[in-house]
Amino acid sequence: MLAYAVRRILVSVPILVMATFVVFVMVSLSGDPLSALKTRNPPPPPRTLELEAQRLNLDEPLLARYWHWLTGVVQGDFGPSVQSTQVIGPELVERFLVTFRLIAVAMLLAVVLAVIVGVISAVKQYSGTDYTFTFFGFLFLAMPSFWFAILLKEAGISFNNALGKQVLFTIGDSSVYIEGGTWAAVTDIVGHMILPTISLALLSFAAWSRFQRASMLEVLNSDYVRLARAKGLRRGTVMTRHALRTALIPLVTVTALDLGVIISGAIVTETVYQWRGAGSFLLESVAQDDVYAVAGWMLIATSFVIVFNLAADLLYAVLDPRIRYA
Amino acid sequence: MSVPAVPCVVSRCAVCRRLVSVVTSGTSSDDAVLDVAELQVEFRTDEGRVQAVRGVSFQLHRGEVLGIVGESGSGKSVTSLAAMGLLPGSARVSGSVRFGGRSGSRSRDPSGGGSADTELLGASDSELSRIRGRGIAMIFQDPMTSLNPVYTVGYQIAEAIRAHQDVTRDAAGKQAVELLDLVSIPNPAERARSYPHELSGGMRQRVVIAIAIANDPEVIIADEPTTALDVTVQAQILEALHTAKVETGAAMLLITHDLGVIAGQADRVLVMYAGKVVEAGTVEEIFYAPRMPYTLGLLGSLPRLDVRTERLYPISGTPPSAINMPPGCPFVPRCPLAAAVCETDEPPLAGTGTAGHLSACHFSDKLDGLTPGDLFRPLSRDTEL
Amino acid sequence: MREREFTVAPRSQAQLVLRRFRQHRLAVASLVVLLALVLLAFIGGWLWKYSVTDLTPDESQPPSWDHPFGTDAAGLDTFALVLRGTQISIGISVLVAVFSTVVGTIWGATAGYYRGTVDTVLMRIADLILALPLLAVAAVLGHNVGGSWWLIAMVIAGLYWAYVARVSRGVVLSLREKEFVEAARALGASDARIIFRHLVPNALGSIIVNATVLVAIAILLETALSYLGFGVRAPDTSLGLLVSQAQTAVQTRPWLFFFPGLFIILIALTINFIGDGLRDAFDPQQTKVRR
Repeated sequence: MLAYAVRRILVSVPILVMATFVVFVMVSLSGDPLSALKTRNPPPPPRTLELEAQRLNLDEPLLARYWHWLTGVVQGDFGPSVQSTQVIGPELVERFLVTFRLIAVAMLLAVVLAVIVGVISAVKQYSGTDYTFTFFGFLFLAMPSFWFAILLKEAGISFNNALGKQVLFTIGDSSVYIEGGTWAAVTDIVGHMILPTISLALLSFAAWSRFQRASMLEVLNSDYVRLARAKGLRRGTVMTRHALRTALIPLVTVTALDLGVIISGAIVTETVYQWRGAGSFLLESVAQDDVYAVAGWMLIATSFVIVFNLAADLLYAVLDPRIRYA
Repeated sequence: MSVPAVPCVVSRCAVCRRLVSVVTSGTSSDDAVLDVAELQVEFRTDEGRVQAVRGVSFQLHRGEVLGIVGESGSGKSVTSLAAMGLLPGSARVSGSVRFGGRSGSRSRDPSGGGSADTELLGASDSELSRIRGRGIAMIFQDPMTSLNPVYTVGYQIAEAIRAHQDVTRDAAGKQAVELLDLVSIPNPAERARSYPHELSGGMRQRVVIAIAIANDPEVIIADEPTTALDVTVQAQILEALHTAKVETGAAMLLITHDLGVIAGQADRVLVMYAGKVVEAGTVEEIFYAPRMPYTLGLLGSLPRLDVRTERLYPISGTPPSAINMPPGCPFVPRCPLAAAVCETDEPPLAGTGTAGHLSACHFSDKLDGLTPGDLFRPLSRDTEL
Repeated sequence: MREREFTVAPRSQAQLVLRRFRQHRLAVASLVVLLALVLLAFIGGWLWKYSVTDLTPDESQPPSWDHPFGTDAAGLDTFALVLRGTQISIGISVLVAVFSTVVGTIWGATAGYYRGTVDTVLMRIADLILALPLLAVAAVLGHNVGGSWWLIAMVIAGLYWAYVARVSRGVVLSLREKEFVEAARALGASDARIIFRHLVPNALGSIIVNATVLVAIAILLETALSYLGFGVRAPDTSLGLLVSQAQTAVQTRPWLFFFPGLFIILIALTINFIGDGLRDAFDPQQTKVRR
């Protein structure tokens, strides 16, 4: 198993490099990092532009630039940013940590909800509960993430107004100044997280619950569940030990495959709730044509996806003996 | 095998056990261990009401092998699933299925295995769970999908044991290995730690048989146990089934469409067609003196080694749709003897003169001494199937 | 008429699919609603008295007979804006779906059928695209490509084909092992014949269902992109852009926020239901059993 993991990681590295190369080329060719400078009024002297171009290595040919960047990254240097006071590496780390908080909790919430709803829907197939869940599932699948996030935000504001004090925070990931000790800090963070997490979780949950329902139905109608009943096991035992155990396995792969979608969702959520996370960092960098920042972002985000996919595959092998020796 | 409450050196001997139980339970009660009366099963689908079983009655006696034979769709599997309460929730079951198991002589739970005469239809989940796997055990058709892929084979057998007996995990594990040995699986201790996908189809089916006999059932229902396997493996499975029957002394309900299997294993036979029993009798009566055209047709379409056959006589046509069945005998469109009365009155399962030999045909007397060639046209290029 | 023998009236594959689709009432209703929406957006938008650029003197008016969806701060008629946004969203999504499906299916089917080096090369390229978070890449491209709707469509299509390719490769991989392919080959059929006469018709069901779902996903991606400012931009409009402009006014001028959102939901919802109906029509599970 260890050999398999190592092999997978080794194979992923070229893909990672290729992916960053593609993005690097895309951003370099299509945008002009100096455009912000050039459009300033009054226009800066040519010497300033020259210096800036040198600082950003724009005098080198594209491939050399990429190689320069890549070798720098391996040593921890993510290159110069358009915003001269920003150091890309640490900034990326800080921002991704914030986003990681959001994504981790949202995914957990989505998985738990999806399993509960999916299993109940399957066990009570064609009942009123099933139809209600199905209806809401379809509704959430059709809902634009940004629209729903804004709606939730407004609802949060109304809720706070009704309560007379600010329980749910709608702006930022934490307050600037918190008085009180650790408990106050924790409640502050939680208060900031509630709405964005729900926004992000609900859309993934809709897709996953439909999937879990289908998976559970397939298992419930399987021969081995029938044999388990024929053995004389009680309905509850069969449900947990045989049906659920097997029905949960495919969900592992599905959540992993959807990580890219969730990252995209996080970008939107962070914009709505004005979090200083990786999502907003990307949008800022793109808007400024900050090549190295965007490339660095893509590198980290893609690494996440690849590592997570690998972890999911390994977990799948642990859970399902049939593919263990593949 | 589990330790009997009454210590007996030859505890594996069925005769001995029977003596023991007769002594401990007092009078030898009714000989029928399973009594099915007017069983009807209906499914409601988008296309109408499917009448899968339309009034089936029979008795399974202690220690006998009752074969149920019929084409796909005749309702034979549904009958057994109905008895076990394993049909999907959309099925409408009526009639009665009574299980007449003795109070288990070897379990510590006095009400286990079903008291004398339990009505299975409509019983609660907890009641049925006590009987399933212990009083009545079932073997399914497809061994490739009958076992849970994520648990080892030994675990799944031990699970069956622990569901009904109060034993430790280790003890159950050891019993599981013994059971694997009983069904002739080589290296049973090692094999117990294998996963189902590491075993061949034949071995998986033997594991299923081991699970079935783990708790010494009084009835074993084998639903098409050999259909999904190839012929050489079939022989091994039939042997394992035979061992199972001898070891447990159980009565067996053997459901199959394979007449060869019936001939080799069954004591009595029920022939089913379109949801009803159309002939019942001993295996000799069915094979050598059939009294229903369908049975004759079945025999005529099989090549046989015991009777000299020169030609095959297939039955033309197809079985009727189970939705919206017209009145009269369902075999009418394919029966060479069909007359006006057959289209209006469905013949009841009635006696034929020999005690115990029943047939559902208006003209069963006419069939006395006939061979398939006398009724059906031989297989030729022009035969419309 | 009660039948004594079990007979089946012969019907062509297409007829069977159509018949099964008609039985799915929700899907049929959704189809009707969607068609009505499309007609409303294109023909209604064309015929409507206000255009997207007409500055009326009524500023920030709630819905009325004159302005069914109200007006915005500049005096533009929201109904006209929403219809235009709907036109754009539908146009982009259909373009994306068609392009992605055609390119992706051929790409994936070729990879799946020939396997070996061809498969590896083709799928590595697709995997490359799939490894990156789509919205992020779309934002990068959309930012630099400009705001006209068909360019945005190409950006999205240029990313989605990879997903279709992977799915169609999977379908072809499973189909090619089936016995009917072996039989065709044994009869001497050429590769092309096998692909077009045997594999494609059997895969058609999956392809069509996926294409339908793709339309819904494309709408959601495009509106999200436009919301963020990297999709369709001024001088044109998009439902996402309208929501972005209205997000500060949800409680004060709710008509600016709710109508665009509801239209997005309605389009995506009806398409999803239709997709569901198509899925059942092409590959029905056993006859549905009623409780």
